[in-house]
Amino acid sequence: MNTRTMAKKYQAFNFRALDRLLDSLSKENISVATSKLIKSIGIPLTAIGVFLMFWSVLAAQVQTSLGVLPGPAKVWEQLMVLNDEHQAEREKEAAFYQRQETRNAAKLAKNPDAQIKTRPYTGQATFFDQIWTSLLSVATGFIIASLIAIPIGILTGMSETLYAAFNPIIQLFKPVSPLAWLPIVTMVVSAVYVSKDPMFAKSFLTSAITVTLCCLWPTIINTAVGVSSVDKDLINVSRVLRLPWLTRTVKIILPSSMPMMFTGLRLSLGIGWMVLIAAEMLAQNPGLGKFVWDEFQNGSSNSLARIMVAVLVIGFIGFLLDRGMLMLQRRFSWDKSAILR
Amino acid sequence: MHDQNHLELTSVTIDFPTDEGPFRALDKVNLKIHKSEFISLIGHSGCGKSTVLNIVAGLNRATEGGVILNGKEVVEPGPERAVVFQHHSLLPWLSAYANVELGVKQVFKGKKSKAEMREWIEHNLELVHMTHARDKRPDEISGGMKQRVGIARALAMQPEVLLMDEPFGALDALTRARLQDSLMEIHATLGNTVIMITHDVDEAVLLSDRIVMMTNGPAATIGEVLHIDLERPRKRLLLADDPQYNHYRSEVLKFLYERQIQPGEKDQSPQTENPDAAKPEKPAELRVVSA
Repeated sequence: MNTRTMAKKYQAFNFRALDRLLDSLSKENISVATSKLIKSIGIPLTAIGVFLMFWSVLAAQVQTSLGVLPGPAKVWEQLMVLNDEHQAEREKEAAFYQRQETRNAAKLAKNPDAQIKTRPYTGQATFFDQIWTSLLSVATGFIIASLIAIPIGILTGMSETLYAAFNPIIQLFKPVSPLAWLPIVTMVVSAVYVSKDPMFAKSFLTSAITVTLCCLWPTIINTAVGVSSVDKDLINVSRVLRLPWLTRTVKIILPSSMPMMFTGLRLSLGIGWMVLIAAEMLAQNPGLGKFVWDEFQNGSSNSLARIMVAVLVIGFIGFLLDRGMLMLQRRFSWDKSAILR
Repeated sequence: MHDQNHLELTSVTIDFPTDEGPFRALDKVNLKIHKSEFISLIGHSGCGKSTVLNIVAGLNRATEGGVILNGKEVVEPGPERAVVFQHHSLLPWLSAYANVELGVKQVFKGKKSKAEMREWIEHNLELVHMTHARDKRPDEISGGMKQRVGIARALAMQPEVLLMDEPFGALDALTRARLQDSLMEIHATLGNTVIMITHDVDEAVLLSDRIVMMTNGPAATIGEVLHIDLERPRKRLLLADDPQYNHYRSEVLKFLYERQIQPGEKDQSPQTENPDAAKPEKPAELRVVSA
C-alpha cells in the first residue's frame, strides 16, 4: 500500500470515527444507554434494596436467646467493629515487635555476644486473619486437586480401558461427603506429617486435603467427558495428518475439552469453598468456619450479627472465586461465543 | 498419466460388528482410478459412499480386499490421501492460517524452511481465495469460506489423492457453484486425483471424468460407471443446453430413481446387482417395524 492510499484510508477512518462519536451522542442513543444502565445496575440495586428491607423487618420479629436476629444495620456495625478489632490487633503486633527489637538492641549493646531471641507474635487471629487462612486453604486444596484431576481426567477420557478402571472408584467416592473423610485425614496427617520444623500447620494441611478430596471428582468427570467427546472429525483430521500422540493431545484434545474442563474446575472450587467452611467448623481448624463456631459458642449479644457478617463474607468470597474462574475461562478458552454465567 | 492403475480398490468388503452379528455395508467394490482422474461417488443415503472414502483414506479398514496406492497397500491414514470433510472440521480455536499450518508443519517438517512454509501456506490460501481472511477464526467466517479453508488445508498437504466427502453439501446453491468452479480450476492446475462424494447430479456431471454410481445398501457395491466425455474447461452456463450433458444427467437420474429406488419408496427395491440383498437385513426390518 503506498503512502497516498494509506493517508486516504486514515482520513476516511477518522471521519468515520467522528461520525460514530456524534452518533453516539444523539438523543436516541442516550436513551438506549440509559435503559441499558438501568437494566444492568438499576434492577439489581432495587432487588438488593428490597431484600435489605425484608431482612430488617422480618429479622426484628425473631426473638432468640441471644436477642433479636440482627438486621442489616446491626450487621454493618459489627463489620466495622471487626475491622477495628483487626486494626487494634495489628497495632498490638507492631508494638510487640517494636518492644522486642528495642529489648534485643539493648541486650546487644550491653553484650555483643548475647543470645537474642525473636519470638513470633501469638495474638488472637482476627476475622480478617481467618479469611486469609481460609482462602489459602481452599487455594492449596484446589490447586492440588486440579493437578491430580486434570491428568486423570484426560487419561480416562482418552482410553476406554482406563475409564473402565477408574470409573467404579470415582463413582464410589464421588458421593462421599468430604466431612466423612475429615477424621481419617486428621489422623493420617498427624501420623505422617511429623517434622520438627513444620512448614505448614497440621490443621492447614487437614483443611487443604479435605478440600482436595471434594475438588477431585467434578474436575475428573468433566475433563473426561470433555476429552472423550472431542469431535470425531477433528480426531480424523489428526489421524490423516499422522499427528504424534503429544501433538494431538496438545493441539486438538486439550483445547477442544477446555470448556468442559473449566466447568469442572468451577464446580470443584464452589464445592471446595463450601466444604472448607464446614470442615473448619467441625475440626476447629483456623479459618472462617472456626470464626463462626467460636462466635456461636461465645454467645454474646453481638454473636449473631458477627456470624451474619461471616455468612455474607463467605458468600461474597465464593462469588468472587467463581468470577475469577470465569475470567480465567474467558482468557484461556477458545470458545468466546459461549455464554458464560 | 504415467501410471494406469494409480489407485486400485480390489474387492473391498466391509462388515461392521453389530449386536445381531456382522453387518455387511460394502460388498466387493472394485475400482481402478488413473492419476489426475476426477471421480464422483453418487448413490442414495446410507449406501456406503462415505465408507468407501474412509477406506481409501485409511480411517476404516476393509474386512476383505483392499486399497493399493502406487503399488503400496493402504493400511493407515496419511497426508498423501488428504480428506476434505463434509463439515469442514477446522479447529475452531485456530485462525484459517493456523489451520492450514497445522498440516503443513506436519507434512513438510524438515523439508521446508520456516519462510518456505509460510509462503506455501499463503499460496494455498490464495488458491482458494481466502488470503483476505487468513487471520479469521472459523466462527468468524461463512460456511463457504470454512469449506475453502478446509480445501486449502487438504491441498497444502500436497496429497496425491484428494478425498472429498460431500464438500459442498451444506452450502447454498450460489456458494456451491462458486466453489465448484474453484475446484475445477484447482484440479486443472494441480492435477490431483480426486474422489468426491456427492448427492448432486449436476455437480457430479460437471466436475467428474467418471461417475461411480452405487447400489443401495446393505452390501452395497458399484452399480454402474458413467464416463463423462465433456471437454475441459467446462462452463456451467454453456453446458446447461448441451445435449450430451443432459444425456449424462438423465443417465445418472435414471440409475438413481429407476434402478435404485430408495427402500420404502416402492415395496421392494430391485437390487439385482447383489444376491445377498435378498436376505432380510437390519435396516429393512427396522423399516417394517416403523411402518
